[in-house]
Parts: sequence; structure tokens; C-alpha cells
Amino acid sequence: MKYEIIVVGGGHAGCEACLASARKGHKTLLITGNIKNIADMPCNPSIGGSAKGIVVREIDALGGEMGRNADKSLIQIKMLNSAKGPAVQALRAQADKVVYPQEMLKTLEKQENLTILEAMVEDLIVEDKKVKGVILENGTTIESEIVILTTGTYLKADIMVGDSRRREGPHGEKPSNHLSDKLKEYGFDIIRLKTGTPQRIDKNTIDFSKTKEEYGDNVVRNFSFDNEIYYDVDKQISCHLIYTTEETHKIINENLNKSSMYGGLDDVTGVGPRYCPSIEDKVVRFSDKERHQLFLEPESIYYDDIYVQGFSTSMPYDVQEKMVHSLPGLENAKILKYAYAIEYDALFPTQLKQSLETKILENLFTAGQINGTSGYEEAACQGLIAGINAGLKIEGKEPLILKRNEAYIGVLIDDLITKGVRDPYRLLTSRAEYRLLLRHDNADIRLREKGYEVGLINEEQFNKFQEKLENIEKLTNILKEKRVTPKKEVNDYLLSINSTILKDGISLYNLLKRPEVTMEHIEHFIDIPFDEDIKEQVYINIKYEGYIVKANREALKMLDLDNKMIPKDIDYDKIKNLASEARQKLKEVEPTSIGQALRISGVNPADISLLMIYLKKEYHYDRK
Amino acid sequence: MKDTIAAISTALGVGAISIIRVSGNDAIKIANSITKRKILETVDSHTITYDHIMEDDKVIDEVLISVMKAPRTFTCEDVVEINAHGGITTTNRILKVLLKNGCRLAEPGEFTKRAFLNGRIDLTQAEGIMDLINSKTEKARNLAINQLDGKVSNLIKDLRNDIIQILANIEVNIDYPEYEDIEELTNEKVKPMLNDLEKKMKKILNESENGKLVREGIKTSIIGKPNVGKSSLLNRLLNEEKAIVTDIEGTTRDIVEGTISIDGILLNMIDTAGIRETNDLVESIGVKKSMELIDKSDLVLYVLNNNDVITENEKEILEKLKNKNYIVVVNKCDLESNLVLPEDIVNIVKISALEDKGIDDLKDKIKEIYNLENIETEDLTYLTNARSISLLEKAYDCLKEINNGLELNMPIDMVEIDIKEMWSILGEIIGETYQDELIDQLFSQFCLGK
Repeated sequence: MKYEIIVVGGGHAGCEACLASARKGHKTLLITGNIKNIADMPCNPSIGGSAKGIVVREIDALGGEMGRNADKSLIQIKMLNSAKGPAVQALRAQADKVVYPQEMLKTLEKQENLTILEAMVEDLIVEDKKVKGVILENGTTIESEIVILTTGTYLKADIMVGDSRRREGPHGEKPSNHLSDKLKEYGFDIIRLKTGTPQRIDKNTIDFSKTKEEYGDNVVRNFSFDNEIYYDVDKQISCHLIYTTEETHKIINENLNKSSMYGGLDDVTGVGPRYCPSIEDKVVRFSDKERHQLFLEPESIYYDDIYVQGFSTSMPYDVQEKMVHSLPGLENAKILKYAYAIEYDALFPTQLKQSLETKILENLFTAGQINGTSGYEEAACQGLIAGINAGLKIEGKEPLILKRNEAYIGVLIDDLITKGVRDPYRLLTSRAEYRLLLRHDNADIRLREKGYEVGLINEEQFNKFQEKLENIEKLTNILKEKRVTPKKEVNDYLLSINSTILKDGISLYNLLKRPEVTMEHIEHFIDIPFDEDIKEQVYINIKYEGYIVKANREALKMLDLDNKMIPKDIDYDKIKNLASEARQKLKEVEPTSIGQALRISGVNPADISLLMIYLKKEYHYDRK
Repeated sequence: MKDTIAAISTALGVGAISIIRVSGNDAIKIANSITKRKILETVDSHTITYDHIMEDDKVIDEVLISVMKAPRTFTCEDVVEINAHGGITTTNRILKVLLKNGCRLAEPGEFTKRAFLNGRIDLTQAEGIMDLINSKTEKARNLAINQLDGKVSNLIKDLRNDIIQILANIEVNIDYPEYEDIEELTNEKVKPMLNDLEKKMKKILNESENGKLVREGIKTSIIGKPNVGKSSLLNRLLNEEKAIVTDIEGTTRDIVEGTISIDGILLNMIDTAGIRETNDLVESIGVKKSMELIDKSDLVLYVLNNNDVITENEKEILEKLKNKNYIVVVNKCDLESNLVLPEDIVNIVKISALEDKGIDDLKDKIKEIYNLENIETEDLTYLTNARSISLLEKAYDCLKEINNGLELNMPIDMVEIDIKEMWSILGEIIGETYQDELIDQLFSQFCLGK
């Protein structure tokens, strides 16, 4: 049996990868250790969040599944940073942990060209530095043109609680014990990373009267641009906010030596995520903080587990009991699942090309936590890109590479392959230089056409999108053409909305530029028969025009450097006087452009100058 | 970068000694090949060797040669410095022999460029060296040395540090919107922080302005109607100081014709020819020309005759002077006083050029105007380089945009775009933001062989 593309691992990266590949018409096999765990959410029960929510929109714009699947399974949704500017707003949904995987599995099962196989992959078929398929645990070989590894935390996974360490994946699943050794043999640099997850508490044993209720937004929201609504705004499930107590901190401090990460285990080498520290980390590092916020998040409407966000720990069970019972409202709480830390193998991601194909083995792509990232959204977007690029490679086409000014996905991949990781990589809005361009609301404008070109957006979706663009233009033109004059009724109205009177005529476009004037105010003067999303785009474009122009200008500067390509055959040893750290980093990362080279940490401007001088001399390289 | 460069490192002219500097992989080998004893390749690093420079078996000069091996040298490459006897002919001949034997003539600023590229110095230091080379007075020299110490870098780093705190706070609010324990940085809260920054930057800019004057000199003109004593005043200043350094071409559109150093303050005299002209031009042309000179000058010495009654034209000139640094020099105080100046004219110094009276008062006045009395030269940490100052000004201008955004009640993450820009411009001053053309532009300003 031969496939075009084999995807190993059925998590968020694997699902996107196999769907993209199959939707592009390639015969695809998804191999997963356990079909029940497809699209499982082993950690927090939410999709989206700051920056991550924008990634979900980007995935949707490109024709991925995560946005739609989250819409189908959400039990609460809100817009974060709604009081701030449009550039930093992002959606976060509480997704039902039962529904999300179910819906995803349905989608996979319906998908043409896609076969699902339950098995463990132990090795790759490699000939001449080219991957030609996989070898299963039982020795069976399955051939394919391309293999995509999306193994998540399952490579040599160790679950750690207190002083115990067990070789197993989340949910006590069997980990993959040999694949990472094989990858090492093929020449990959393997790193060990760590992450953790908090306790699950029985909802019936929590006294919610001692907590603060956190509601979802009372307007309809959804991730997908295809706008299908699957939930009832009034029936959203709340989260609850509580705080750690003095007692909690006392318990933690007294038992620190029992935590796996603080001495319980002396062989922990994995580096944990800086952006998601364990509660013992928080208590130790911020000892002046009297309390820490914890969110009680419902996992599903079909069972009673409550996820204690912010309380992840690797303390032994007895200490966890005490810690949980020290929390307000949880004095008598029953722990359904204890918190644990998990340590796993990952590939150092500078070994990847921008397409997510590995530099060491041709036709091998990797995506998700195996590349050193953390988070469902980060995994899913890489899976999508790997799936698309695997397909494009078979089709003999250029890979889809998103630039830093085009998508958070581009920022993420560029960061990974340029800077590598020391701890699990989480997307943050601050990682994006041009985030005003990378907004939640314009993800489709940025990416839908690309999704269409690679074949994941169908004609109907694309026509709808084209129509949206046309309407945006129409409304913009209307506002530019329509003018108001300083008539009494106009000025009276302006005064009534705390604006200032007109002395001369002004276009509505310019009137809208006034800080206090909103689109609703403009509607006082003319009918605007357009959908909300059209109005929103036009509003943002007009209101923040100055800043957008500035961001675009900055982005052009970067693109200029990114367009200065470095020849593939460059020999960094021949460039005299390069700082040795820079030389080593350049050899390791093999940047494709001057722009990328400049973003490598440890390569400073002086090294770039030397590089440019060398390129000029040896390659008659023209700067302009 | 593997070729070996050479250039004359001392000012061309008649001096006691001149130095020819050679840098690069073959510096020692090439220098050795033109010596009589040919022992340079065996001597210890950082030692001085006595020898003769030869050209076709003929001795050109008797010299001392410093041999400094990489990396502990100015360029981080092998460096040889030949201390020859001064004189254009000999020095040039030695350079020619070096070039004949495998050296390439260094491009302007190339030694410093190599020092920078090899990581020996940072950008501000590179600029500091250029200033040091060009400094004409002791005060300017101290300024340049301070810049070399990295004090300027520290100043800018402090500013950037302040800004990055603000940025970090805004970012964390965005990425962790539901964390109550991190203070929400609102427009209101960011304002006082920015005011602080504004003050710090303004202070540096003001001091830099003085620093620029110390370094570049004060463009000074002497104006006044014919025969009022301009020429005598100029001669007095010159004779007093005996300090015309040189007739050099100014870097700007103006021609500087003479340089006077007054206790470390450099006056660049402009239009000295006009002063010396025994002209009998029509008065109106004189006024027009005076007005033009006022526009061009940093400092105007306006000479009036104590014995004369003030004219309408002179009143007009006085009016224009109010917006300038000026000193009204009332000459011929040995004669009867008929001159009544408008009340709002300050900075009046009475002299008698003829009797050499009041010249010290005039000099004190100049120092007072530029407040240079109080500047401790050891503590001059402000920016002296034109590029640095203009970047700091640009960063300062960002504050306008920022405040504008705050005024319009833009969301803080929009305002932050300009705060980030300010941060990145400041980074450019110390070379922490990469800009394509920056380095080329910087080094093209350097003079040859320094």
C-alpha cells in the first residue's frame, strides 16, 4: 500500500496536516496511537487567546479546520482586549473537550483521500537522505512520498508527579520510545522540553459562591469567516475566578523539595515554558505577591471536570490535596485528576526550512510540539503549513511561506527556524513587529487568497470573499464622495455628540477621522447598507490610517532586507573576521536572506556588514 | 578584508615626525621587506624597533617601527606603525614603497571601519574617534574621549531602558489581558513616564547643542558700518590670542576663514574678508549684507561707534539681533559718548580697540552667553556627533507623535507604535538597530588613514 503523504500523530498539528494534504487531493494516511485521542485537548479547555486567537482566524482564512471546529464545540466565547485597539483584540473560546475531538474525528472520517490507521511508528524508511515511508512497531513498512511528523509530546514522554517518573504520554498513553533515537541517528539535534498541566476538580464539590463568575460575551462571536453559528449566546457556561491564599503559599514553600522540578527528581533536564510557569515557580519567583489568580474552567458539559488554570504543579499527590483544599470554595473539593509535568523530546527547530521540511532528511516535514512549540493553536497552524507544503512539493510547486508582516503563522515559523527555542515557544503579540497589520479582523484579507491558490478555499468561499473586498471599496468610496456642509442641523448634531462644529464642508471619510466620531454617527447622515464586518474594516482603515501607513512603511524596510537572498552555496568559513558565535549560528541556521540573518540572535550588525561585503565581492551581489 | 592597507596617519605638513600605519594579514611581512635589518618578523608584539626604510638599496629615512600583532591592536589585525621624520616628501616616499610592496592605500576611515567590523569598537566609539581626530581645542578633545569611553552609549542605553520598561508593561497587558496583578498601563499613566523621558532627552539635546559648539566652533561674524572698528577688533582678537589655527574649509555651505580659540571656545570667523575691506559701499547694501550675515551666524558681534548717534538702519539691525546670540560692541569708548541704545538691548560690551581696552570683557561675555564657564570637561557625556544628535532629535520628535496619539485618545497599543519607533531610533545611535546604509554612510565621513 503506498500513500503520497503519511502524517504521524493525530493531535492538532496532525489533523490540520492530514486534512490539508487530503483536501489538496493527495492520498493521505494518518497514523495515530489511539483514534480516541484524535484532536484531544490534554491541557486547557480553551482555543484562542491573545495572539493565538488571531492564529485560529489565520488558519481558517487559509482553509484549515481549527476555527470551524472550535465554533462547533464552544461553550463560551469572548473578545479579549476589547477595550484596546483592533490590533490586539483576539477571541478566546472555552471548547467542550468532548465535542471538539468528536467533531474533528467526524470531519476526518468524512474526508476523501484520507485513511486513519491506529499504530505506533518506530522508524522511518530512509534512503540516501530521503524519507520514503515509515516502519511500524510490528515491523510493517508503509511507503509514501512524504512523511509529516506531528508526534506532540509523545517522543520519550515521561510523566512526573513528585518523585515519581513514568514513561507514558498524556492519559497514560503509550509513548514512542524509539523514534527520537532514530532521528538522532539520522543526525538530528534532539532537545528535551517540559510542560505541565493542573488538577481537574469535580464541579459538584466546589462552592462557587466563594468565586467570581466570569461570563462570555453577550454578542455572537465566531472564529470562522464562513460564519456558521453553532451556539446559543444565552446558554454559555461561565468560568470562575479565585485566588491562592496565604495557606496555599505556605504549603508550597514547605513542600518545595518534593516537587519534581524543585528537587523531587534530580534528573529533570527539560526546560519548562517561561510563559506558563508552574504554581511553585510563581510562588518562588514572585515571593512578594500575596496571591495569584486561578481560573476554574469547565471542560465539558458532558462531564464534571473543572480545570484549575494557573495551578499546574509537579507536587506529589498528598501535597496537591492540601494545596487544592487551601483554595477558597475548594475546601472540600474532590480531585479527579492530579496535576503532572511531562518531559519529552523535540527537534531543535533551526534544523527546519521555512517550508517546515527538515534540512537533514528530504521529504520529512515536522509540525507542532516536536518543533518546540507549546499550545494547540501553534501546533495546528504548523500542521496546516506542513500539510500544504508537503502537497505543494508533490505537485512540484513552490512552498507557501508566510512573511512576518503577513501572518502570525509567519512570525512563528520564522522565529522557530531562525532563533531556535530554549523553552516551549508560545506565540505572543509582542513577537510580531507589525501587529497592526496582523489583526484578528483582517485575517481573511491577508490570507484567503493564498488559501484559494493552494486549493483549500473553494470557489464559493472565494467569491464571497471577493464580494467582501468589493463592498469595502464601495463603502470607502461612498464615504470619500459624500460630504457634509456646515449647516445648522449638521453642526447641532456634531455638538450633540461632543464633537466640534464644521466651518467648511468635509467628506464623511474625513469626519470619521475625528477621534470622537463613530460609524453610527456617520449613519446619522447617510444610510450604510453594508454588513458589520464591512463597516468594521472601513472604520479601522480610516480611523487608524496614519498608524497603518507607518506600519506598512516599516514592513517594507524589512521586506527589502528579506528580499536580499543569500546564495545556498555560501561558505561562512570563507568570510574572514566573522565573530565565531556569528559564524557558528549562520552555519547552523543557514538563513535564506539578509533579513533572516539579521534576526538570528548572536549575529550582530557588524557581522551582517561583513557578510554583505563578502557577498558583494564573491557573488557580485547588488544591494539594491 | 584580507588585504593589507596603509596610509599616512598624521596630518600632512611640516612636523617633527609623521606616522605611516599599516594594517592587515601581511602588515608585518610587507613592512619587514622594506627595512634594512629585516628583523620585524622576529620581534615581540607591542615593541618598538629601530631601523631604516630602504628603497632599492637606498636609505629613505631612519625610523622607529612599532609592531603590534593581532588581536590586541586598534583594528584587531596585525598593525605596524612607522615613525618617520616629518616632511611630505619622505613620508610619501615611504608610503609609496609600502604600496609597491603589496599594501593597498587605505580608503577614508578604513582603519576605524576595520576596528568596528572586527568588533573592537562600537558605533558611537567609532564616531568618537573621528571627533577626536578632528578636535581642535582641549575641550573638544575631552568630549571626544568621553564618547570613546562608552559614556554616550550608557546615556542612550539608560533612555532605552526607561522606554523598554514602558513597552514591556504595555505588552504584558496585551498578552495577559486577564491578569489583574499586573498594573494596566493606561494612556493616563503613561503620560508622566513620557514627560520624564521628554525632560531627559531635552536635557541631553541642550547639552549636545553646547557640545556641538565646543566641537565645531561658533560661527561668528563681526558686523557694523564702515570704519566703525571691525577690522581693529578682529586684529585685537587675533593678536591677543595669536591663535588663528588654520584657514580651513568649513564643512557646511559657509566658508570659515579664521579660527580663534578663547579659553577653549572656538570662534569660527566668517566673512573676514568683508571686515578687512576698506569699503565705501552704499549704506543700504551694507545693511542688506549685515542682515544676511546675521542669518548665517551663531554669534554676531555688532560694532557701533560710541561717538555716533544711532541711525534708523542700525535700529533695524538691532531689532533683528534680538533673536540671535549677539554682543553689541561699543567701540571708541575713548571718545565722547553720543550713543543711546534701545533699553531692551542687553549684552553690551564697551571697548576701545585702539587702546586695547575691554577685550577681556568681551571674551567673558562670550563665555557667559554659551554658559561654558560651568561645563566640566571631564563630565561631558552628551552627544557630540551630528549623526547622533540628529537621531536623538528624531527620537525626540517621536514624542510629538506619541502625545498626539494620547491627545486623540488612541488605544495604548497604537500609541505604542511610536514609542517603539523612538526606542528603535535610539538604538540606531549606538548601533543596535541594523540599517542597511548606516555603516557605509558613517565610514565615508572618515578622513583618510586615521
